[in-house]
Amino acid sequence: MLKDLFGGKSKYVTVERKKRSEEKGNEHKEDSDKKEMPDDLWTKCKSCKQIIFNKKLAKSLKICPECGSYFRLTAAERLSLLVDDEKFEEYDADLQAENPLDFPDYEQKIDKYQEQTGLKEAVITGIGEMNGWQVSLAVIDSRFLMGSMNSVVGEKVTRAIERALEKELPLVIVSGGGGGARMYEGMLSLMQMAKTSAALKRLDQAGGLFISVLTDPTYGGISASFASLGDVNLAEPQAKIGFAGPRVIKQTINRDLPEGFQTAEFLLEHGMIDKVVERADLKDVIARIIDIHKLRGGENNGTE
Amino acid sequence: MAQNNNLEFEKPLIELEEKITELTKFMEERDINLTDEIERLETRANRLREEIYSELEPWQILKIARHVERPTTMDYINLICDDFIELHGDRNFGDDQALIGGIGKIDNLPVTIVGHQKGKETKDNIKRNFGMAHPEGYRKALRLMKQAEKFNRPIIALVNTPGAYPGIGAEERGQAEAIAKNMMEMTGLEVPIIVVVIGEGGSGGALGIGVGDRVFMLEYTYYSVCSPEACAAILWKDSDKAKVAAKALKLTAKDLVDLGVIDDIIAEPPGGAHKDYKRSADLLKEKLIQEINQLERLETAELLENRYNKFRTMGYIKKEAEEQIDESIENCG
Repeated sequence: MLKDLFGGKSKYVTVERKKRSEEKGNEHKEDSDKKEMPDDLWTKCKSCKQIIFNKKLAKSLKICPECGSYFRLTAAERLSLLVDDEKFEEYDADLQAENPLDFPDYEQKIDKYQEQTGLKEAVITGIGEMNGWQVSLAVIDSRFLMGSMNSVVGEKVTRAIERALEKELPLVIVSGGGGGARMYEGMLSLMQMAKTSAALKRLDQAGGLFISVLTDPTYGGISASFASLGDVNLAEPQAKIGFAGPRVIKQTINRDLPEGFQTAEFLLEHGMIDKVVERADLKDVIARIIDIHKLRGGENNGTE
Repeated sequence: MAQNNNLEFEKPLIELEEKITELTKFMEERDINLTDEIERLETRANRLREEIYSELEPWQILKIARHVERPTTMDYINLICDDFIELHGDRNFGDDQALIGGIGKIDNLPVTIVGHQKGKETKDNIKRNFGMAHPEGYRKALRLMKQAEKFNRPIIALVNTPGAYPGIGAEERGQAEAIAKNMMEMTGLEVPIIVVVIGEGGSGGALGIGVGDRVFMLEYTYYSVCSPEACAAILWKDSDKAKVAAKALKLTAKDLVDLGVIDDIIAEPPGGAHKDYKRSADLLKEKLIQEINQLERLETAELLENRYNKFRTMGYIKKEAEEQIDESIENCG
């Protein structure tokens, strides 16, 4: 499906499906691809209700050709859009959640989402190349328990930050977590906010570059930690971004929320992000930012 | 004591206490000697209090943590400090009344104190926004903490909030960024930071001033990723199940020591901090002085390294993968 979607051979996509096969090969690719989109011919746009053929949708990078509204991307789709052909090595793919609080039904939840998404957890991290620039990457997948942050997500993101620090790579984190800090791991999830922020402080002090990309949806513990801390904060058009969820705010203040509240455009207007970037331009914009920094820093990076 | 503020689970105790008061009054009025009887009842009351408080459910602890008569940040400051001057404003937008701060002295030691401030009655609580801070509150706290760093004063952060305020203005002014920035900067401040949860530790709103070298909780407080009410509403579509959620979330001081999230518990007087402000403040003060003395002996580099590692190691990952984790941590070091 990915191949069809964005025309790239996506070697790394198979990494997440390792658990289904003993070998790390591609044999099961066809099967699991089908699972991702049970009705693989068409999709209904949530915004304009138009029925769109998936081939057409893929060609438009999952942006509705009728009304222009953005569909969410999976982490694998996002990577295939950002990373040069096959130039991605996934790290820490095997890290899995525990149930440290013995929270009711948590294991079942994890199993269910692992099954549904083929991922072990809500983030994919690794090192990839973007227009020839080596980058430490983390991409959150909002399908996995709403892309919420638990111990594993916090750990993987922190390691991605430390990898950037150690290898002197620019760091790009694509956030898309509507769930914030994951309830099932209680305070351990909340503390991942401090953990990731602490790691970012070290990167910051070492002069590292962090580009934060905010996509729909970025809320709570994700927006209130690493997602807001970029040297440059970019966001996709229409993405919903905020601290508190709109329902909670509405209940608290007891009135309707203004039009366009908590969208990327709203955040731009209020000075919270640097730039709203169209999906198709994202990779180039990120690469240009890296390029400008590297010209100044003169570090040994780029096309090897 | 206002009757309507009584805690439900204390009902048998309160009844007993009322009886003692009645008897004492009766004895004085009629000039009859009931001392033995009263003494007997008092012993029973003490035993009952001990019993109740030794077996508190998380939900009951939460009720004590939220008690309107609990000492606030300002109460503790007044009882702990020899001198204190509140400082106002974030220098950008405004002065948040829900998150206060200032400079003072504890036993002649200069300190900076920041903390969420709740009110005690409706009017005061509206002014204090029920202890729910806006971005300008977090930014004021950061300004004062940076100032503390400049003048080499230890920082004390007193946490007592249901959460950061969810409102339009708060979002417009970057609530998420304000909290994130505070956490990030607090990890790098070159002076000792001691965080104490004195009532409610409500999620990101608490953590926004919650990164430190030591994190303590008073005995009857809670610290949680979300309120049990919200948790129950989200998971079970039933906010009445908040009691179940309170248990599941492992939000008590004891639970969080076990999970390695906080360092220690500071005891409260029998029946909770609101029963004896002075005693409660003394216990807090004793701990603060002891810890500050210890932390001030460390070199700055060591202080920061320890603080980093404290948060870096938080979290649980499935055992099978553990070997790998250790390896890569070494690699990253």
